[in-house]
Amino acid sequence: MEKRAVFKSWWLPVLFALPQLVLILLFFYWPVAAVVNWAFTLEPPFGGAAEFVGFANFREALSDPFYWNSVVVSLIFATVGPFFCIFIGLTLALAVDRQLPGSGFFRFFYILPFAIAGPAAGMAFRFILSPERGLAASINALSPDLWNPAKYGSHALALVIIIFIWKWSGYTFIFLLAGLQSVPRALGEAAAMDGAGPIRRAIDVQVPLLAPTLFFLLVTMMTEGFVGADTFGIVHSVTGGGPNHGTEVMVYRIVDEAFQGLNYSGASAQSIILIGLIMLFTFIQFRFIEKRVHYK
Amino acid sequence: MKIFALKTVLAGLMAATTLGAAPAFAEKTKFEFWYGLSGDLGERVQDACKKFNDSQADYEIVCTSQNAYDATLQNTIAAYRAKKQPAITQIYDAGTLDLMLSGAFIPAKKLMADNGYKIDWNNYFGGIANYYATAGGELQSFPFNSSTAMFYYNETAFEKAGITFKPETWEQVEEAARKLKAAGYECPLGFNFDTWAIMEQFSAIHNQPLATKANGYQGLDAEVVFNKTKFVDHVKFFKKMQDEKLFVVKTKQLGMDIVPAFTSQTCQMMQTSVADHGTVGKTLPEGVKWQATMLPVWKGTERKNSLVGGASLWVMAGRPDAEYKGAAAFLNFIGQPDMVQWWSTVTGYIPVTKTGFDAMKANGFYDKAPYKGRELAIASLTYTPTSENTRGIRLGGFTQIRKEVGTALEAIFMQNADVQKELDQAAERSNAVLRRFEKTYAGQKLN
Repeated sequence: MEKRAVFKSWWLPVLFALPQLVLILLFFYWPVAAVVNWAFTLEPPFGGAAEFVGFANFREALSDPFYWNSVVVSLIFATVGPFFCIFIGLTLALAVDRQLPGSGFFRFFYILPFAIAGPAAGMAFRFILSPERGLAASINALSPDLWNPAKYGSHALALVIIIFIWKWSGYTFIFLLAGLQSVPRALGEAAAMDGAGPIRRAIDVQVPLLAPTLFFLLVTMMTEGFVGADTFGIVHSVTGGGPNHGTEVMVYRIVDEAFQGLNYSGASAQSIILIGLIMLFTFIQFRFIEKRVHYK
Repeated sequence: MKIFALKTVLAGLMAATTLGAAPAFAEKTKFEFWYGLSGDLGERVQDACKKFNDSQADYEIVCTSQNAYDATLQNTIAAYRAKKQPAITQIYDAGTLDLMLSGAFIPAKKLMADNGYKIDWNNYFGGIANYYATAGGELQSFPFNSSTAMFYYNETAFEKAGITFKPETWEQVEEAARKLKAAGYECPLGFNFDTWAIMEQFSAIHNQPLATKANGYQGLDAEVVFNKTKFVDHVKFFKKMQDEKLFVVKTKQLGMDIVPAFTSQTCQMMQTSVADHGTVGKTLPEGVKWQATMLPVWKGTERKNSLVGGASLWVMAGRPDAEYKGAAAFLNFIGQPDMVQWWSTVTGYIPVTKTGFDAMKANGFYDKAPYKGRELAIASLTYTPTSENTRGIRLGGFTQIRKEVGTALEAIFMQNADVQKELDQAAERSNAVLRRFEKTYAGQKLN
C-alpha cells in the first residue's frame, strides 16, 4: 500500500508558488500586455492621448524592405549560430568525456568563454578581427579586402555569428558533457570491444542517446539566437547593425527603433511579430523534431 | 519591451531610494538632476553639483549620471510616465523637439520669473539659444554643454609637405590633401559616417536647408530636402576624394575612429566637435603642432553661422514647488560668469553666455595653449545672426533621420552605391519618419 500525503488546503501551494507567479506576472505578462497596447496605438513617448490605429503599425513594419532584410538576417543568425554552437560543443564534450589526461583542465577551459559578457567579447573581437589593425590586417596584406566586415555585410554577419558561437559553445558544452556522463559506460565499452573507434561510437551510440539534450539545446539556442541579450549586445557593440543593414537582426532593429527613435508603437508591433515567429519555430520543433527524440 | 518595463521599475526604484534617503528632519530641500555625460565629463558635472551644494544651505541637488544621452532621455520618459521624474534633466540636441511637444516641462522663462530671478535672456548667444527656443524665440530649456564642429589639421605635417596656407576652403583642403599625399602621408583627411559635421554643419554654414518649413521650425509637416541641396555635391566631392585615396574612411569598425586616427598622426585632417579639443591636445605627442579652425566652406560661399551641438537642461513638470525654487537657484548658479568659465575650462565645452565668454577673454584664457583656438568655436557659432537655415533643426525623430543618412553614407563610401540614389532613399525614409512623428503628435502645433 502506497502512503500518500495529501494537502487539503488550497492556499498553501498557492502561497509557495506566489513569488514565482508574481515575478512572471510582473516581468512577462504585464510587459506583454503593455506591448500589445502600444502595438495598436500611436502614443507620444511622454504619454498623452493614445490614438487607436488598428494594424497600421504592423503594416508599416511589414511594408519596409529593411524589415524583411532584418528577418532574413535573424534567420541566418539563429540557424547558423546555434548549429555551430551545438556542433562545436558536442565535439568538445565528446573529446573531454574520453577522460584522457588533461580533461579536467579542458572542461574548465571550454566553459570559460560563457562567463564573458557578450558585448565585452564583441568589443574584444572587434579589435582582434578589425580589417585595418590587428590580426586580420595581415590577411588583408595578402590581398586587399579579403576580410573586411566594415565593407561587406556578409563578412560582418560572419563576424557577429563567430562571436556568438565563441561564447555560446561553452554553454552547449556544459549540457552535452553532463548528458554524456549519464550515458552508460557499458554501452561504449561494448561497442569498443566490437571494434568501433571513438568516432563510430560517438555517431552510433552516444549521439542518439543524447537526443533529448540536443533537442533541448536546439530550442533554447535558437530562441537565444533570435531574442537573446547577447544577440543584441554583440551586434550593438561590434557593427551597430551595419554595414548598410548587413547585420541588423530583428532584436537590434526593435531596440534601436524604440529607444533611439522613440517609436514605441512600431517597435512593439515588431516585438509581437518576433514573439509569433519564435512560437512558430518552437511549435515546428516540437511537432516535427521532437517526435524523433526518445527520452528513455 | 521587457527592457522598457525593467527600466521603468529601475527608474522608480532609483527615485524611491534616493528620495527615501532624505532624513526626516532635513531642512534642506532635495531635488534630482539626471545627466547623460559619463567618464571625465560626468565627474565634472558632479563637481558642479558639489559647488552648488557648498554655496548655499537651503537646497541639495542630487546628481545622477544615466551614462549616455539617449539613456537619459529614455529614463526621463520612463520616470515621467511613472511620475518619478527628476526636477532637472539633461537632453541632447536631437531630443529637443520630443521634449518641447511633451508638455512635460516648465519653460525656462516661466521657471525663473516664478521664482524671482531676473535673467538677461539676450545674454545667451543667439546661435545657441535659438536651438532650444520656440520659433517665436522663447527659450524653453537652459543651454548647458554646448559645442560646434571644427576643422582640425596637423600643422607639423603641413609644414613637412610644404603647405603654407591655412585650409579655409574645400578647394584648399583638396590641394593640401594632394600635397600631403605626395609627401607620403597615407591618410591626408579621415572621415566617418557621422552626419553632424558633413551634413548638418555643412548645410548651415553654406545656407542650405535640411528640411522645408525653416528646418521644421514652422510646422510638423516639414519635409527633408537634403537630397536636393549642395550637400549632394559635397558628398560627391568626398566620394571623388575617396576614390583618389585623398580622403580615407576611419570608423571603429575598421579599427580606428577619426579622433584616434588624428591623434596617432595616421590622418592629418578631420572635422569633429570642439569638445574633442582637450583630448586632441592631451593625446598628440609633445612637439607636434596642430590647429583647430572653423569648418572650411566652398570658395565663393558666403559663410553663415554653424549650429550648436551638445545638450540643454530641462525642468520637468509635476514636482513640488519647493523643488523648483532649488532648481531655479541651481540654474541661476551655473549661469554666473565664474561658473560658466570654470565649466568651459574643465570640459572644453564653449561658454553659452556672452558675459561668460567676455570674462574668459578678458582673463586671457584663450591666449595660451592648450585653450588657444577654442574661441574660434564661438566665432563660428556667431559668425552671422541666425537665419531660417542656421537657427537649428526642429525635426521629429531626428536620431532616426541621422541614422538613415549615416547608412546612406556607409553604402556610398563602403559599397560604392550611387550618391544621388542613396540620398534620395534616405530622404524618402526620413520623410516617412517625419510623417509618423506628425501623426503621433496629431493636433499639436509648434509655437
